[in-house]
Amino acid sequence: MANDPITVIEEKCVGCKQCVKACPFDAIEMQDRVARIDLTKCTVCGSCVETCKFDAIEIAQREESSKIDHARFKGVWVLAEQFDGHIESITYELLGEGRKLADDLGMELCAVLLGSDIGGRTQELIARGADKVYLADAPELAYFSDEPYAKVIIKMIKDYAPNIVLCGATTVGRSLISRVAVSVNAGLTADCTGLAIDPETRNLLQTRPAFGGNIMATIVTPDHRPQMSTVRHKVMKEAEVDASRTGEVIKVELTADLLTSRTRRLRYVAEETATVNIAEANILVSGGRGLQKPENFEVIAELAKVLKAGIGASRAAVDSNWVPYSHQVGQTGKTVCPKLYIACGISGQIQHLAGMSSAETIVAINRDPDAPIFSVATYGIVGDALEIIPKLTAECRKILGR
Amino acid sequence: MHFVVCIKQVPDTHDVRINPETNTLMREGVESIINPFDMYAIEEAIRLRERLGGTVTALTMGPPQAEAALREAIAMGVNQGILVSDRAFAGSDTWATSYTLSKALEKIGDYSIILFGKQASDGDTAQVGPGVATHLDLPQITYVRKVEEVDASRIVAERLLETGFESIESPLPCVLTVVKEINEPRLPSLKGKMAARKAEIVKWTAADIGGDPEKLGLNGSPTKVVKIFTPPPREGGEMIEGEPDEIARKLAGKLKDILIEAAS
Repeated sequence: MANDPITVIEEKCVGCKQCVKACPFDAIEMQDRVARIDLTKCTVCGSCVETCKFDAIEIAQREESSKIDHARFKGVWVLAEQFDGHIESITYELLGEGRKLADDLGMELCAVLLGSDIGGRTQELIARGADKVYLADAPELAYFSDEPYAKVIIKMIKDYAPNIVLCGATTVGRSLISRVAVSVNAGLTADCTGLAIDPETRNLLQTRPAFGGNIMATIVTPDHRPQMSTVRHKVMKEAEVDASRTGEVIKVELTADLLTSRTRRLRYVAEETATVNIAEANILVSGGRGLQKPENFEVIAELAKVLKAGIGASRAAVDSNWVPYSHQVGQTGKTVCPKLYIACGISGQIQHLAGMSSAETIVAINRDPDAPIFSVATYGIVGDALEIIPKLTAECRKILGR
Repeated sequence: MHFVVCIKQVPDTHDVRINPETNTLMREGVESIINPFDMYAIEEAIRLRERLGGTVTALTMGPPQAEAALREAIAMGVNQGILVSDRAFAGSDTWATSYTLSKALEKIGDYSIILFGKQASDGDTAQVGPGVATHLDLPQITYVRKVEEVDASRIVAERLLETGFESIESPLPCVLTVVKEINEPRLPSLKGKMAARKAEIVKWTAADIGGDPEKLGLNGSPTKVVKIFTPPPREGGEMIEGEPDEIARKLAGKLKDILIEAAS
């Protein structure tokens, strides 16, 4: 049909089936030797268009009316995340990546900081690369609250028209930024692990895993501004500190209507065992059912203590109530990307691998030599984690002098 | 009270494999399931009805086959299913999806609480729940791990954060997105299965929900996928062998630089 986003030109299709094979979404079938695209499954990703040697598949061009004046949108923005008045490390990762993008575009890097009595923190953001800090300071912004945070950021975006807005793919970040993106009619790409500027179009190329990391997709926002992304923890390198840098602080005027909220926080409770936030940890020691019983988590806790690491767990260990849910790594838990992941007695179901296989170095200790965890391990050990971990802990003590 | 749970049919990741020749996902014979997180949302909606009375509606946007997901929800105890399906929705990103769902919710009209799983297992965005809340101008509580108090006009729920949790109070109607910790989804009962078989699924098109064609499908989607590829496989690992003492020594030696760097 004329208005379909993607069409097969029947006269050109020779029925070679290459597109059927290329489609990641199983959306193409052959009918009477002509490709038919099932639009209810198709995501218009263009894989078939690239594969077709006969130019028989076409993607409809967007209407001109939706295009906006890109030149008006300037600057790469990083939404700083703060907790209790302290800047969270994800912010420095975003500033590190944002600096590169801003330099490629020849634009300013700006940080956006919301909080209460938080003006003293702006220099930290400047030292990490921000040219400007937009500061929203009010008692109502002391801690994250969906509505006032969203309203303030929406107003800033409307007033200052940034080109790119980056935010951490954290619980706070994802809750907040979706509201902002819908309100300002912007494109938003979740949980990016790669960002770059397309040298030709100057669009932001946003690469992210999908289907639990089985495929990667590169996404652009061609006709809307700002281009918005949330960025996965620990993937980007933190910006270095340069205390001598100077920058401008712009205090944003806040009217009362921006600060109202229909929801109210009644209390906050810190989790006792969450001494290290597992999404932020450089090292994670993780245990599964192979540890046999909950008390044996002490063994990996000891190693984690020596390494100043976080403690992770497989779904099986969490479902057996050995460890709280907040420690679960994997598809129904958290996605982590530490420098070092030590999997102890974890077999490595695909859902677990989806949550940790982007770790830089992976050590797997498991008794079953056929365990799938070994397929992603940098170092694999077939053996009993309970026997090996205490010895490894002792060796690590020697190395680190702890 | 009317509890509406928004669900998505996704491929079962247990079955997803990569075809090594073409480097694409092999979807043949892959079973479709209800997004695992949505199971917790369905369960919580049913529990809210048990607590407060009313009805639970399951709402999905998807291909005609997604009807199966709605029947599965009905088998668990949901009262009715609504399928929003139209070729005009093809190519929808999270902006267009949340717009489409919000138009369907406007047509439903009398919702008290709208529930979502925290994210879908195929896209992993976590953007549609807050997106719907924004389109409908509703308050939201995301990552809910427990409903503490609820009555006809307000709810208090615990939101899971990276370092703990916070207790949030919201007036109704509102949007909740839930995490696994919130409950243990029930299995379908025999009575439920029979109801699911007989149930009449309500089907709405783009015209039925009064969707603005400019905001649907590819037209309404600011983002566009330009490339899909298989991540390079991890390099073959090194197996470390020997007696436990020896293994620990060798492994510590290999990790030495990482440990020192991470500790600094």
